[in-house]
Amino acid sequence: MLFRTRRLAAVSVAVTAATALVAGCTSGSASTSGASGDTLTLWTHNAGNSVELDVVKKIIKDFNGSQDKYKVKLQAFPQSDYNNSVVAAASARKLPCLLDVDGPNVANWAWGGYLDPIDVSGSEVPVLSQLASTVGRYNDKLYAFGFYDVSLAYFARKSVLNANGVRVPTMDKPWTKDEFNAALAKLKKSGKFEYPLEMGTGGTGEWWSYAYSPQLQSFGGDLIDRGDYKTASGTLDGENAVEWATWFHSLVAKDYMAKKSGADPNKDFLAGKSAIQWDGSWNAAKNAEKLGDDLAIIPPVDFGNGPKIGGASWQWGMSSTCSNKAGAQAWLKFSRQTKYFVDYAKATSTIPATDAAAQQIADYQPGGKFDVLVQFARKYAMVRPATPAYPYISTEFEKASKDILAGADPKDALGQAAKSIDNNLKTNNYYSN
Amino acid sequence: MTSFLKHLGGHTVRIVLALVFALPLVFMFVSSFKPDDQIFGDLDSLRAFLPVGAMSLDNYTAVFERVPAARFLLNSVLISSITVVLGIVVNSMAAFALSRMRWPGRKLVLTAIIATLIVPFETFALPLVWWVNQLPLLTVNGFHLEWSTGWMDTYQVQILPFVANAFSVFFFHQYFQSIPRELDEAAIVDGAGWFTIYRRIVMPLSGPAVATVAILTFLPAWNSYLWPLMVVQSEELRPVMVGISYFFQLNVGWGQIVAYSSMITVPILALFVAFQRSFVNSIASSGVKG
Amino acid sequence: MPTMFAARERLRPVRRARTTNARRRESFTAFGMATPAVVLLIVFLVVPVALAFTLAFTDARLVSPTPARFVGLRNFTLLFQDPTFYKSLRNTAYFAAVVVPLQAGLALVLALLVNAKVRGVNFFRTVYFLPVVTSMVVVSLLWTFLYREDGLVNHVLSTLTLGHVQGPDWLGDPATAMPAIILMSVWQGVGFHMIIWLAGLQTIPAELYEAADLDGATRWHRFLHVTWPGLRATRTFVLVTITIAALSLFTQIRVMTQGGPLDSTTTVVYQAVHSGYDQQQTAYAAAVSLIFFVLVLSVSLVQRFLTREKD
Repeated sequence: MLFRTRRLAAVSVAVTAATALVAGCTSGSASTSGASGDTLTLWTHNAGNSVELDVVKKIIKDFNGSQDKYKVKLQAFPQSDYNNSVVAAASARKLPCLLDVDGPNVANWAWGGYLDPIDVSGSEVPVLSQLASTVGRYNDKLYAFGFYDVSLAYFARKSVLNANGVRVPTMDKPWTKDEFNAALAKLKKSGKFEYPLEMGTGGTGEWWSYAYSPQLQSFGGDLIDRGDYKTASGTLDGENAVEWATWFHSLVAKDYMAKKSGADPNKDFLAGKSAIQWDGSWNAAKNAEKLGDDLAIIPPVDFGNGPKIGGASWQWGMSSTCSNKAGAQAWLKFSRQTKYFVDYAKATSTIPATDAAAQQIADYQPGGKFDVLVQFARKYAMVRPATPAYPYISTEFEKASKDILAGADPKDALGQAAKSIDNNLKTNNYYSN
Repeated sequence: MTSFLKHLGGHTVRIVLALVFALPLVFMFVSSFKPDDQIFGDLDSLRAFLPVGAMSLDNYTAVFERVPAARFLLNSVLISSITVVLGIVVNSMAAFALSRMRWPGRKLVLTAIIATLIVPFETFALPLVWWVNQLPLLTVNGFHLEWSTGWMDTYQVQILPFVANAFSVFFFHQYFQSIPRELDEAAIVDGAGWFTIYRRIVMPLSGPAVATVAILTFLPAWNSYLWPLMVVQSEELRPVMVGISYFFQLNVGWGQIVAYSSMITVPILALFVAFQRSFVNSIASSGVKG
Repeated sequence: MPTMFAARERLRPVRRARTTNARRRESFTAFGMATPAVVLLIVFLVVPVALAFTLAFTDARLVSPTPARFVGLRNFTLLFQDPTFYKSLRNTAYFAAVVVPLQAGLALVLALLVNAKVRGVNFFRTVYFLPVVTSMVVVSLLWTFLYREDGLVNHVLSTLTLGHVQGPDWLGDPATAMPAIILMSVWQGVGFHMIIWLAGLQTIPAELYEAADLDGATRWHRFLHVTWPGLRATRTFVLVTITIAALSLFTQIRVMTQGGPLDSTTTVVYQAVHSGYDQQQTAYAAAVSLIFFVLVLSVSLVQRFLTREKD
């Protein structure tokens, strides 16, 4: 009996041990989060972007060398699943002390309790000197700040536009809707382009809201009524929005634009497959290098309500579960030096968040090659709605836009999205805490 | 003559069907060695299915440069094999108790387990995500054991939900019943305990059942996608199928995608061809007994 | 069998001699051996199924600063107002209605083809089975490539018809997306059920065929009067398993179309995952899961009832 029971016990122990072994394997990843003592973990989304990652590494190295108390440790993720990783870590209560956050998600992450407000007063660069779109606020509290913003623009070859009798627009006189449509018609008629316009319709996720909701806003529509952020009906499916959707679908219907772009739209543009590309400032340097003076950086089209682009890019914040908030704040303050703002902008060809930084980069100085991008960001940027419902709104807008391109009735598709958003707001009690 | 023609007709059908089933996979494997523009260029002719042109391992090296593909493979090997081993032990023990021993509640437990057979995983996967996030978790931190909450993003969340399996219990149960009970009685007379009977007599006689359960547990574990998609986010814990679907989203060239696909498919296909008989018998028995 | 009974009779005195203590020990060991499986099934199957019934009536989210509250039937009210949900139901039904007969029928044809006594059938059986061993994720990625407008499928179509047929962008067109996914799914899964049919075929006694041959039956008659009746048990199994698998359609959709274009491929399980995981609406997803559970349960009960009636 004793013998047999022992056997059974031995197997039970073996099974338990195997399970524990498996559990033990996870401890590796668990212990790297948060902070252990004065060693703080930092998460960033740019594992796939080595130039930007290098700047982060440099700031960390400088910070670790500047004092003896704290140490910051880096963990980089690929951008495609960074947000999911953060959500999972938040639900598993395993967030690191420091992390970066895409601007439009600040409100949701603050509401969800992932982030704590930060205090960076007394740092070299005052928050007030930053581009408004690079500061993440929710309920009047500061949760995050960024070093740069990006800007969207139309890129084209001046030679192609001239050859087809299309005016190269300026900020003083941007294209109007009719002018833009006429330009596309001419380019299509030239027979040189299967699809003259490239807007990256093969992308997924946040790109849809980032790239196309500013066009919706230029038509006079919006993702949600920004009066009280409580309803999308009447705004997202209003008359102006339907007009946008009708126009958006016409691009595909008239073969001006592909229903689904190829894997690398910028490569296609540079190879001459498309005449005009709606793309981010991050490709400006590459385009300038390839096309030289022939490159035209064109402001967004004024569809009636002024040209618009989306504001807010990646920003830095501190998790609410951080066990060493003094250390996290110290790092955030340390990073706010003009030289780092300059480093970011240079490395990633993005727009520096402060004037002081912009003045140190020739291309961004008044009259510089990319000064116009800074002007766009300053003049046309409109942040995506700062509400905790934003991630949901964004997925609904993406679905509606895809459906519209695929031929759905514009009013129905937008109406359904507006209804879903309203329901989401209602069932979440308008995201009140 | 007519019989020959009959065979000819049958074989023609067989061959055409074989091409339909095999050619897409041949295309995948062959293309994994070609540069992207050649893959598209070859689509027009039979060259699409032939290893011709500029063949190289470039796509494979590119995959390893882009993502930690080896880590994903290792994770899947680890997760699948632990699931298989634990599954065999846990389910066969339960089946043994249910089929050969007498105890109160035996019938009820067996009926309950069989009843769960018709519940597909998809019906409770979403509530299960919420549930595993509430479970207590014991982690080893240096020399300390720490309790925390939530199993998201761990190895065990990918393993433990799939260890106990109603079908495996049922299958072992059926198999054990075909082993004569006289063996148990004789062993008891010799002074052996029930666990010894299980380990020394019944399990050694159940090789084919173990093989079947192993195969039928391994395939879904290796191929699992829905579950790890929802509960695993860290790259270092990611299994191959989620790895490749994220890889696909990186907008890489098709050559790299088929290279990655081949990498995680060809070993399994090779295993299948080598152990065909076991595979086919496993599937066949899943039907006949079910 | 008689010898076994005899053996049991002979052993009976030994059994009687066993003390209640031995009985208790047997129960104790049996409990110990059954416990791991039972506990795991309770924790990872029974509880989550019960949770589907509970969470569906709350406003639980995966992460929320506020605790979950009971909200009555609100999730179901929203669900029944959601046009996408009806499209999901319709698409799921459409997929199952085509795949079940198509896959079961084709699998039977394949089984008959490889059950013949001619050389090389083992080779063909192996080849037909290859896609089954290939993961659905890989198959979906591969066919996403094959189904492109400039992909292999259209090139083959064009070659076979001498250029008369220009195939569409299969997955980009609401009219062809679901049929394309159906074809691919059958291609992947048919080998599995071929093996099941084959196992069923091999249980039919050869004498029955010989007798039919003696009666001079044609092939068709032989199939109708010997093969088909002999496959009764297998039939039920094939029907039930294909149906449940078809109703659970998810992986192909997630990888290939994400429910589009125009919701033409969205399914019930896809919608559950989209709302529960992508949009973190746990409670809403639980409501979808609950409806899916009822759907699967009723379909299998109906099938069981129908097949039982015929017996």
